[in-house]
Amino acid sequence: MSNIKLHDSQIRQIKDICASYGNKPGELINVLHTTQGVFGYLPEEVQREIAKNLNIPVAKVYGVVTFYSFFTMKPKGEHAISLCLGTACYVRGAEGVLDELKKQLGIEVGQVTPDGKFSLDCLRCVGACGLAPVVLIGDKVYGRLDPSKVKEILANYR
Amino acid sequence: METIKLTIDNTPVETEKGTTIYQAAKKVGINIPALCYMNLEHLGIKNCPGACRICVVDVAGRRNLAPSCSTACMEGMVVKTNTPRVLNARKTVMELILSDHPKDCLICPANGQCELQALAATLGVREIHAVENAAVSTYRKDASPSLKRDMDKCIMCRRCETMCNDVQTVGALSAINRGFMAVVSPAFEQDLINSPCTFCGQCVAVCPTGALTEVDDTPKVIRALADPTKTVVVQTAPAVRAALGEEFGLKPGTRVTGKMAAALRRLGFDKVFDTDFAADLTIMEEGTELLTRLSKFLGGDKSVRLPIMTSCCPAWVNFFETYYPEMLDVPSTAKSPQQMFGAIAKTYFADKMKVNRKDLVVVSVMPCLAKKYECQRNEFKVDGNPDVDYAISTRELAHLIKMANIDFNSLPDEDFDQPLGESTGAAVIFGTTGGVIEAAVRTAYEIFTGKKLDKIDFTELRGLEGIRTASIDFNGTMINIGIAHQLGNARKLLDGIRSGMYNFHAIEIMACPGGCIGGAGQPYHHGHSEIISARHNAIYKEDEEKTIRKSHENPYIIKLYEEFLGKPMSEMSHHLLHTHYFDKHKV
Repeated sequence: MSNIKLHDSQIRQIKDICASYGNKPGELINVLHTTQGVFGYLPEEVQREIAKNLNIPVAKVYGVVTFYSFFTMKPKGEHAISLCLGTACYVRGAEGVLDELKKQLGIEVGQVTPDGKFSLDCLRCVGACGLAPVVLIGDKVYGRLDPSKVKEILANYR
Repeated sequence: METIKLTIDNTPVETEKGTTIYQAAKKVGINIPALCYMNLEHLGIKNCPGACRICVVDVAGRRNLAPSCSTACMEGMVVKTNTPRVLNARKTVMELILSDHPKDCLICPANGQCELQALAATLGVREIHAVENAAVSTYRKDASPSLKRDMDKCIMCRRCETMCNDVQTVGALSAINRGFMAVVSPAFEQDLINSPCTFCGQCVAVCPTGALTEVDDTPKVIRALADPTKTVVVQTAPAVRAALGEEFGLKPGTRVTGKMAAALRRLGFDKVFDTDFAADLTIMEEGTELLTRLSKFLGGDKSVRLPIMTSCCPAWVNFFETYYPEMLDVPSTAKSPQQMFGAIAKTYFADKMKVNRKDLVVVSVMPCLAKKYECQRNEFKVDGNPDVDYAISTRELAHLIKMANIDFNSLPDEDFDQPLGESTGAAVIFGTTGGVIEAAVRTAYEIFTGKKLDKIDFTELRGLEGIRTASIDFNGTMINIGIAHQLGNARKLLDGIRSGMYNFHAIEIMACPGGCIGGAGQPYHHGHSEIISARHNAIYKEDEEKTIRKSHENPYIIKLYEEFLGKPMSEMSHHLLHTHYFDKHKV
């Protein structure tokens, strides 16, 4: 059992999201997508609630959540940092940017800073190869990076 | 019916439109190998994700090889199932599967029964062209009282997922993760015991490898048999005698009741008893309960909960405790035959033998894996001592017999011991779907009407369709009966009752396909559902040949009530032979 207890208002939110997709089992991915958009992540209790509303086994929900790397069961930071490690970004020095991000934040990939401000993840190609190497912070795109620019960018969010 | 013509390996084939290449080939004696594909035609169960690609064939004019399990036949198709290209592809697929599979076949519980192992042998795989010393992905193991999961051996065929979700609607197992870490697991990688698993074991029954197996209780039985301070008795469920022979090369449907009794005696059991005796006892209790509820209901008492439901099947009990907790007072309170036997053995029989219950070991041989869980339930223990100590499967019994160097096929036919070995035809048919309710009807009819049955066989209750209904004329009162096997069908039946579609007085539910004959502890059918049909017929043949075919006429049952229990539903019966159920609803 997870140790997160959902508030009634959160349960209602999930109910509404599921209902907005007609409570159809076939809409599971859309429901998960929207729910993650609201909660930031998909903890166990949230998945159980979705399973209940769509009337499908929770094992199936968990199966989908663990299949797609987009879905996460860990909370993200207030500012979710996603570094592209696609081919173009990689050859133009994304690894150096990654090392600097880790150093500045003091966390590894997949972790959240103790103050909950930042989380760090890697992804493959955001479709902005011309700007390589690219980092996303929240919805904002930072391109043509090199390690020396990292500190300055992070300062905007501290 | 529209038919199409094609050739497979130069053999002309005419087949119904919509048939797959795999099915069409089978018709003309060409058995294309397959791994994920499984079709239990007699039971309407099919797994066809097209995942493993072992069954690929060459179709003239097609660029790539076609998966025969999921490619429909077309007019004029020219199919080759064994060209060098096909054989090469199959072997490569096999190598890739084996490259991430443990190589511990010699000590694997599936050794000799593994479809992956057999196929590797057929394809002649002699080396695996993988990166040297590449690590095989490993995964946490999980053991419940009934089933074990060793996902290192999972090949993602999805058969278990189909059984758990589509057939049984239990929803305990799903494919999770991706790539090398892809396995089948309960939600949040919980242990099975914390999942909605009913321990029906149908995942084990279809697993092609050693990924899902039963808990092996044979070492405990061997130890008990060797302990001079213990009196060890055994009971065998009705369905075991219709399947055990398969483990010794006998034709499916061969009845081996006498040889089984002889083998158990040679294994060293002090008494060889029969669960069938307890099945007769179940009918006395459950039948009486049915009649009591029915009389009240017909007398106008609307507080009576109907339909009464059978409670013999432990996976079904787990199922309604998990999914229908609001109906806990609806099923019969009668314990299952296994547990009735244990309760009587450790009281009535122990007293007769002047043995302390602690020194009496009750072993049951069951076609079932859920029975392992059932006998460990706390309500079936007295001061921590279980009524049934160990439940082993039909397969485990076969293993014990082989280990003990017993030549099963040359054994003489022997009888069960008394007083707990006598049974009627009504008890035998417990082993197949529809049997429990037919046995109950045979007794309830005679008690209710006070008349002798002209015809003992209620063929309207028989068959292998998933849901069956019938109305039986109890001398002017029509009794409506529903029967379901496989938990998905049970769910449909229950939902039908809720919605008012059905109006039953009594229903029988068995979790496994075909009832206990298709139980997860039976010899593996390896996808051949005709084996289940053969066992089904064997059970009715056994019934036909019994001199006594109604439970209430079993002389030892009559004696048990005279000497010990009083009458059905007496205080003593309630104490020993009835139980209650628990809300196991999981959010």
